[in-house]
Amino acid sequence: MSNEPLLILLITLPFLSSLIAGFLPANARNAEAWLAGAVALAGTVLVATWYPDVADGGVVRYRAEWLPQLGIEFSLRMDGFAWLFAGLVSGIGLLVVLYARYYMSPEDPVPRFFSFLLAFMGAMLGLVLSGNLIQLVFFWELTSLFSFLLIGYWHHNAQARDGARTSLIVTGSGGLCLFAGVLLLGHIAGGYDLDTVLAAGDAIRGHALYLPTLVLILLGALSKSAQFPFHFWLPEAMAAPTPVSSYLHSATMVKAGVFLLVRLWPVLAGTDAWLWMVAGAGLCSLLLGAYAAMFQQDLKGLLAYSTISHLGLITLLLGLNSHLGAVAAIFHIMNHATFKASLFMAAGIIDHETGTRDLRRLRGLGKLMPITASLAMVASAAMAGVPLLNGFLSKEMFFSEALAATTPIPAVGEFLTYAATVAGVFSVVYSLRLIHGVFLRPAPEPLPRVPHEPPRWMRFPVEFLVLLCLVVGVLPGHTVGGLLETAVFSVLGDATPHYDLALWHGFNLPLLMSVIALLGGVALYALLRFLIGDAVKGTPLLRHVPAKRMFDAVLTAVTWRFAHFLEDLLGTRRLQPQLELLVAVTFAVAALVIYDRGLHAGWMGTSAIDPVLLLVWVAGGACAVGAAHQAKFHRLVALILMGGAGLATCITYVWLSAPDLALTQLLVEVVTTVLILLGLRWLPKRIPEPEARPTPLERLRRLRDLAVAVVVGAGLSVLAYAVMTRPLPDTIASFFLEQAYSGGGGKNVVNVILVDFRGFDTLGEITVLGVVGLTVYALLRRFRPAPESIEIPRQQRLQNAEDEARGDRHKGDTVADYLLVPSVLMRLLFPVIGIFAIYLFLRGHNEPGGGFVAGLVLAVAIILQYMAGGTRWVETRLRIRAVRWMGLGLLCAVLTGAGAWLLGYPFLTSHTRYVELPLLGKLPLASATLFDLGVFLLVVGVTALVLLALAHQSIRSRLARGSADATADSAKAVLDAIKED
Amino acid sequence: MEIIVALSIGVLSASGVWLLLRPRTFQVIIGLSLLSYAVNLFIFSMGRLRSGAAPVLSGASGDLAQYTDPLPQALVLTAIVIGFATTALFLVVLLAARGLTGTDHVDGREPKP
Repeated sequence: MSNEPLLILLITLPFLSSLIAGFLPANARNAEAWLAGAVALAGTVLVATWYPDVADGGVVRYRAEWLPQLGIEFSLRMDGFAWLFAGLVSGIGLLVVLYARYYMSPEDPVPRFFSFLLAFMGAMLGLVLSGNLIQLVFFWELTSLFSFLLIGYWHHNAQARDGARTSLIVTGSGGLCLFAGVLLLGHIAGGYDLDTVLAAGDAIRGHALYLPTLVLILLGALSKSAQFPFHFWLPEAMAAPTPVSSYLHSATMVKAGVFLLVRLWPVLAGTDAWLWMVAGAGLCSLLLGAYAAMFQQDLKGLLAYSTISHLGLITLLLGLNSHLGAVAAIFHIMNHATFKASLFMAAGIIDHETGTRDLRRLRGLGKLMPITASLAMVASAAMAGVPLLNGFLSKEMFFSEALAATTPIPAVGEFLTYAATVAGVFSVVYSLRLIHGVFLRPAPEPLPRVPHEPPRWMRFPVEFLVLLCLVVGVLPGHTVGGLLETAVFSVLGDATPHYDLALWHGFNLPLLMSVIALLGGVALYALLRFLIGDAVKGTPLLRHVPAKRMFDAVLTAVTWRFAHFLEDLLGTRRLQPQLELLVAVTFAVAALVIYDRGLHAGWMGTSAIDPVLLLVWVAGGACAVGAAHQAKFHRLVALILMGGAGLATCITYVWLSAPDLALTQLLVEVVTTVLILLGLRWLPKRIPEPEARPTPLERLRRLRDLAVAVVVGAGLSVLAYAVMTRPLPDTIASFFLEQAYSGGGGKNVVNVILVDFRGFDTLGEITVLGVVGLTVYALLRRFRPAPESIEIPRQQRLQNAEDEARGDRHKGDTVADYLLVPSVLMRLLFPVIGIFAIYLFLRGHNEPGGGFVAGLVLAVAIILQYMAGGTRWVETRLRIRAVRWMGLGLLCAVLTGAGAWLLGYPFLTSHTRYVELPLLGKLPLASATLFDLGVFLLVVGVTALVLLALAHQSIRSRLARGSADATADSAKAVLDAIKED
Repeated sequence: MEIIVALSIGVLSASGVWLLLRPRTFQVIIGLSLLSYAVNLFIFSMGRLRSGAAPVLSGASGDLAQYTDPLPQALVLTAIVIGFATTALFLVVLLAARGLTGTDHVDGREPKP
């Protein structure tokens, strides 16, 4: 068999076309239909060509490696039964595509529709052809997903959204149960391959885990096939476009449940548990579905409930543990697909032509659209089980199975006979509601639109399917006999029973039951018309069975109330509790580790205490505590004290052999202080209220925070002390010390680590710096200061008042000449500091210094000019394009790194050479220097950008102050923010 | 000497944590700075304390007996610069939030009395 690889094509073709379909233009209705039609046609033809291979009981396989570690392979397996389903999926798919071409309105976004439809087709084909169970579950969930998307296709419609959600939750959770069941099944059978599982029937039925396995698999199968008690999602799903209802929710997807039951029938059926659960669910769905269908007012609702009922019939047949029952079930799967798909399409045509699906308003369509009416009537008759149509044949088989059923309790078997007849009566009644109610009754009131016959090719799929109903009904043996035989044999194998697929079996009990059902149905229909007519509201008795309402209540409880309960319990929008938790957890983790492993302090002994450093830290510690104490009301004091603590840190670095750190710390300290000083201008004063005393609760809270702070501080102290008094283990430091000069060409090991060994980290770091710079800049562009701080500062106001009071000065003179001597000095310092920055940069590779430090120094030089001369004075003379500096710096660093590629080395490999330059002498010109140049440029850019952007706010708000709407704007922003809260 | 550095780390971090748990944004920004001093010193001290042994080579190569551990220093140098960036960002967010919400409370609104 050379065409086995084509199996994979059968699956992939729809998925690929689905992608293409999704990208076609929104109005390409015809292109979409041609594409989808071609795919469905190709699928149908492909499937048809395999018939000879499967007809004699053979199996077409395709295997590929998937998860070899778990012993799972991707396996496609087509036997007679899978062939039957593949044929249904692609064949009815073709008809549905043709129908949908005319059904979908030009306003609908068709690419989405056909894309989902094709993807569903692929998923469904994957499901029926799966050769292993894990793969089957995968495609199973895919079909649920695409069903969800298709039901919700008209997502502007709330009903469609609700229906889609309900169906996804029900079938999706069913799929998860199925997954668990399949895992158990594979565990029992010793493999997930379908052949392995099918060969292990006795082992499975005798296993201790049989019952849980069965329950889980049935949860999946019954929910998918909309069986009681999971039936409620199917009527909800009728909000989907009718082609979808016709394809997914009558012919194919809802059949996946019974498909699985048939597939696993040889290994799971045959026990009492199977009988009670499967037959029980089937019987309930059969009766309740048919009963509810009699009272529906929506045409599609009637069809949906009748689908539940017919699927119940199939499930019941499978649950009877008889081989003939399985045959009848498979036969009814085929028959139901043909007549129900055609009925849905007819319903769609009626809806399309009349503008309503309300059964109380639809009347007399027989005269207005005679061809469609005849077709729909024939299909309805098939649904009712009228002789000479296919529905009759499988219903006869069902009746005889109901008669022959053997159950552990004989009374149940008898009840089954009556139940089957009653269900038959009901199905005749709801079919008559279509035949008589919609088509034959005279039409007294005008419809929303005067209906006409639909376009020729929209009707064709209905015609074709109805023709099948007729042909199969009249000549079953000659038409589908072979197909059925093949499908049945592939499931039951040698246990295939003898059955007779004929129209006439003589006068027997099943025939009598059929006659009773037909006559009883006509009588009941007449009675119902006489008694309640069109006035029915909901289903009598069942109206109060709240399956759907219970589902909704559970859903609300879980997703709304429970979620809110958890949020209230565990969540907070307040920062302080979050930070407290963070600090506490961090402390607890560290404490736990120390408790577990011990502290082991003091191995190495300590070095002598230096009294100068002790004094430095007495001051530094006092500064830190003072800053903590003053930060609320005396911000400037707190800032100065913080700087004091920073200086102490800086001195410690110098003291303890870290000159680079000391330099960087000092400069960062300067820049941070300037930055926060600039910021303080925009932070309105906080004035302590003398009479406001803290409440006991606040006092308690502060005490707790103080305790947390002291405990954390003490913990860190102890930890640091413990580590410092232990000998240093062998670290990678030795490598850096050895290689810094020979490999990196620099003597300052810290700098070599930054620009060479760990150059990639530094590249990441300067990128982060750049991002922060841009973010600050962007935030400040739309900056709205607090309304209280828009006015010019108090000092300047006083100075201006002084100017005005003294006649010989103009307003602004004092401000302009403020700190005149220092500012002259600062101006003079600019070139000096600039040269110093270059010096630091150049020596960085061998001595303390480097790109970071040099960049900060240059930025300080620039900001000093702003402080000395004011923004305007500087910017008329020197324009700093900070963003360009940043871009150049990043580019320089990246290009240096990429340069190594040209020479065939990995990114950021460095090269060293010493060059003799006139005047400057011998200089190390490692490529790392270029990288460091990038760092330098970027640091200058970011620092200048941040500082200048903040400094510019003074000018901006001075401009804005002139127009009154600045205040109004900021007031509005405050209001907006409050509203958002 | 170790005891001084350890105690100073403790005092810095205690002041930092105390401020971190305060309700006003300016307190938090000062607290973060103090905490970052403490953490930087802590990381730095992981390479042990030595005087007069800066990792600037005098010969072609060196070993840990002559020089102090350069690795924590490189890490802390990065941390100082990134700390500056965070402070800058936080400061601007703080100012913008003050202008937008009308309060300097960390939650963007005054607590209910």
